[in-house]
Amino acid sequence: MMKPGTLILHVAARFLVPLQLLFSVFLLLRGHNEPGGGFIAGLVASGAFALYLFTFGAVMTRDLMRIDPRNLIGIGLFLGMISIFPAWFQGEAFLTSQWWPVMLPGGNEIKLSTPLIFDIGVYFTVFGSVMLMLVALTETEER
Amino acid sequence: MQLSVLVIYLLAALTPWLYSKQQARTANILALLPAALTLWFASHIPLITSGGILVHEYAWIPGLDISLTMVLDGLSLMFALLICGIGTFILLYAGSYLKGHKDLARFLVTLLAFMGSMLGLILADNLITLFVFWELTSITSYLLIGFKHESADARKAALQGLIVTVGGGLALLAGLIMLAGAGGSYSLQEIFNSSEVLSEHPLYVGMMICILLGAFTKSAQFPFHFWLPNAMAAPTPVSAYLHSATMVKAGIYLMARLYPELGGTEFWINTLTSFGALTMLTGAFMAVRSTDLKKLLAYSTVMALGTLTLLLGLSTELAMMAFAAYLLAHSLYKGALFMLAGIVDHETGTRDVTQLGGLRKLMPITAICTLIAAFSLAGLPPMFGFVAKELLLESLLKGPVGLLIILMVITSAIFVVVVAAVIALKPFYGRFVPQARTIHEAPKLMLAGPVVLTTLSLLAGLFPAVTGQLITLPASMAVAGQPIEGYLALWHGINLPLLLSIISLAVGYGLYRYWDTLRDTLRILNPIIERGPEAGYFRFMQGIVIVSEWQTRVLQNGSMRNYLRTIILTFVGVTGYTLLWRYQVHWNWDVSVYLHEIVVVLILVSAAAAVSITGSRLGAVATMGSVGFSVALIFILFSATDLGITQILVETLTVILLVLVLFRLPGFSSTSTPAERGRDAFVAVLTGVLMTLLIMITIDVQLFPSISDYMIENSQPLAYGRNIVNVILVDYRALDTLGEIFVLALAALGVYAMIKFRPDTQPGANHYAGTLILPPKQVPEKHLVLSLDERKQIKEEQIRAEKLRIKAEAEAKIATETSSLTASNSSNATEDDSLNTTSSDEQSNNSESNKGAQ
Repeated sequence: MMKPGTLILHVAARFLVPLQLLFSVFLLLRGHNEPGGGFIAGLVASGAFALYLFTFGAVMTRDLMRIDPRNLIGIGLFLGMISIFPAWFQGEAFLTSQWWPVMLPGGNEIKLSTPLIFDIGVYFTVFGSVMLMLVALTETEER
Repeated sequence: MQLSVLVIYLLAALTPWLYSKQQARTANILALLPAALTLWFASHIPLITSGGILVHEYAWIPGLDISLTMVLDGLSLMFALLICGIGTFILLYAGSYLKGHKDLARFLVTLLAFMGSMLGLILADNLITLFVFWELTSITSYLLIGFKHESADARKAALQGLIVTVGGGLALLAGLIMLAGAGGSYSLQEIFNSSEVLSEHPLYVGMMICILLGAFTKSAQFPFHFWLPNAMAAPTPVSAYLHSATMVKAGIYLMARLYPELGGTEFWINTLTSFGALTMLTGAFMAVRSTDLKKLLAYSTVMALGTLTLLLGLSTELAMMAFAAYLLAHSLYKGALFMLAGIVDHETGTRDVTQLGGLRKLMPITAICTLIAAFSLAGLPPMFGFVAKELLLESLLKGPVGLLIILMVITSAIFVVVVAAVIALKPFYGRFVPQARTIHEAPKLMLAGPVVLTTLSLLAGLFPAVTGQLITLPASMAVAGQPIEGYLALWHGINLPLLLSIISLAVGYGLYRYWDTLRDTLRILNPIIERGPEAGYFRFMQGIVIVSEWQTRVLQNGSMRNYLRTIILTFVGVTGYTLLWRYQVHWNWDVSVYLHEIVVVLILVSAAAAVSITGSRLGAVATMGSVGFSVALIFILFSATDLGITQILVETLTVILLVLVLFRLPGFSSTSTPAERGRDAFVAVLTGVLMTLLIMITIDVQLFPSISDYMIENSQPLAYGRNIVNVILVDYRALDTLGEIFVLALAALGVYAMIKFRPDTQPGANHYAGTLILPPKQVPEKHLVLSLDERKQIKEEQIRAEKLRIKAEAEAKIATETSSLTASNSSNATEDDSLNTTSSDEQSNNSESNKGAQ
């Protein structure tokens, strides 16, 4: 099904993938205050690789991703699970959010928190799940 | 006390390691633990006899009112002593009995785990904890009964026991929850101390039925008694342990434990006495028919369990005294008898009493022990069994029961005397029957248990007052829930119970003399017995298979469209019914709309219409996409940015996925008839209408105050986030999201598995799945589960094969005829074909075929 990609698509994909990934991280981190969040960011990241997949095929996409999508799912679920426990160690109910504000040099403050870890978990799970399906389907197509 | 249970489990976990170091000695080392526990429990006898109880509190899951609190009172003390005491000897016995067996370590692990579960069950104060231990005994006993897992019989018996007891366990759980609800607590002690009168609670009968179902299945009461004799497929140590003091007594224990709360009512008395008496009679009657030593014992256990239920049902103080005494007596003699039967089996290789005889001289200790234990079983003085039997008869005669039940009890008593005589006399006395192997006395460790238990039986009988004071009376008081004045004695003077005893002994012994004739006579009842409860069990199991086959055919027929239709129509039916009958629908049409909103909606609607009539698959995907994007647009118009973004992204990725999938499909073609399409359209419209109505009602009806205000107010101060949607996702409702990402991951893995792995399975590959639960004759020859299409296909194939055969035959015939007429093409004809041809033809045939052979 995959024709050898056109020149425009080739070039565009190479430039768009990093941009889209960067955008997905941006969406992930701003999610708590502005529209965005782990789910949306995960979808955007998958969109980036889906474009690459259509252009260069499954083998090259796997090469580029380096990590197997199944492992991404695992990482995501693991992060989601470990975000449960900090509250427990504090003697509070599971999943109560914990905040650790960190002052950066230059007067900026970033807030690390369990919801952030959780959101990153969601990001990886969504990203991994979509990529798993897309790559698997493409691979059977190429066979 | 918690430690006593935990340490058993711990030891069970360590057993494989121990076995690798100590091999055959493992069992003897393990036996030290229950022995030590016996002593530890025995050290509490003074406390219990002085009227105290021992309570060790331990919170387990406080949020759910589940505690590991354990209580030691008279009843649990007696059980604990029996479990640990008999358990010690069972371990010693098993070590010798299964010496050199490759799975001995596994056996010991399971046996210890069972012991721990049983101990936990009788010590637990919390209803849920009790239930957990209850189920643990079911599971571990399943493993024990099915220990010889290579034998189909053992597997079937184990599964039968499991299904019956766990099925009852399910009812029990419901009963216990009702009990906790009515009593206001999950703690047995608190329920006991509360002023609630449970017998007047509206749920009383319901909870009683549920709890009794659990107890009756576990304790093999009629009509659930059939699993117990089948469980004799287990190795003898298991039978000796499970059926003397433990597993089957669990149900009895539960009824005794709940007696103060639930007992004494008319319902209780009627149910328990009638089922108890029926079980007694069934057990005794079936025992007399058997010739297998273990079956004899198993059925007499059923009879004893019936007796215990009956005694609990009588609900008098005397009956409670009889109950505890009978329980102790039965555990002592039955444990010994099972082990002795195992010894006979072990040494001679058979358990059939008609194949045994004259073993007395070769196995003197076994013979004497059996005789003494059988005395107790038959209720002869000076055994403890006699004390118990006298009490039983006395409480029965003074109890609130009719003549019928008394008659049933006396008949059972007569039969039991026959059984006792058969067990004690048949194998050991009379003419010696030669056996295949050389017979000698069993090893000491195997004899240890029977010897000690029979001695205890005898001592308890000789000093009934001491036994009563130390063990059985505290237990009776714990059951009754109040102090009881009384004592146990061997001699009550000449009274009606004694007379009845003598009569039953005399008649029983008389029947024993004509046992063979008796069995022959009873054989005419076989057709009735074959239609008994066990047949019902098998019919029930077949019913389950038939129903599941039917529902698989209807619901799981592999057609995506059928699945969807079933799901959607169920949803429409249930929700639509509730909607129309439960809520008044208010039409709220005065909605002001802007022009651009109308435009978006028009796009949406026309796209949806286009997708259902388009003739191209890619066109359908594209129009589906425009439906999705229109929805996203609506989200954004109503300022749900996050939703809008998500919708757009999901829509994009869906289109990509669909494109990838669609390329794998064959060309677009319409496979459904117009009628089918009409039906589908109807379903679709119905669903659409319902959903619309639902949404309008959701907006209209407000059952609870909205929680969005709370979320909006607290999102910033509590969760430090301005994006409420995201705060809900990752903070307020993080648990939901956690579940959802797991679902997502599973769905992705499912898709992956469907695409990547394609095992070469054939339809009906699992068709023997149901055979374990069905009786042997029902094992299907071919596929158990066949869909209609498959059946049709097989039929068609048969017909085709038949046609081909006929055709081939016809052709062969024609060929023969032509060959007989013209010898030229007869080279491929066989000799038979040319039988009726002329001699010249035959010659030419032969010459031709010779040529062919050359």
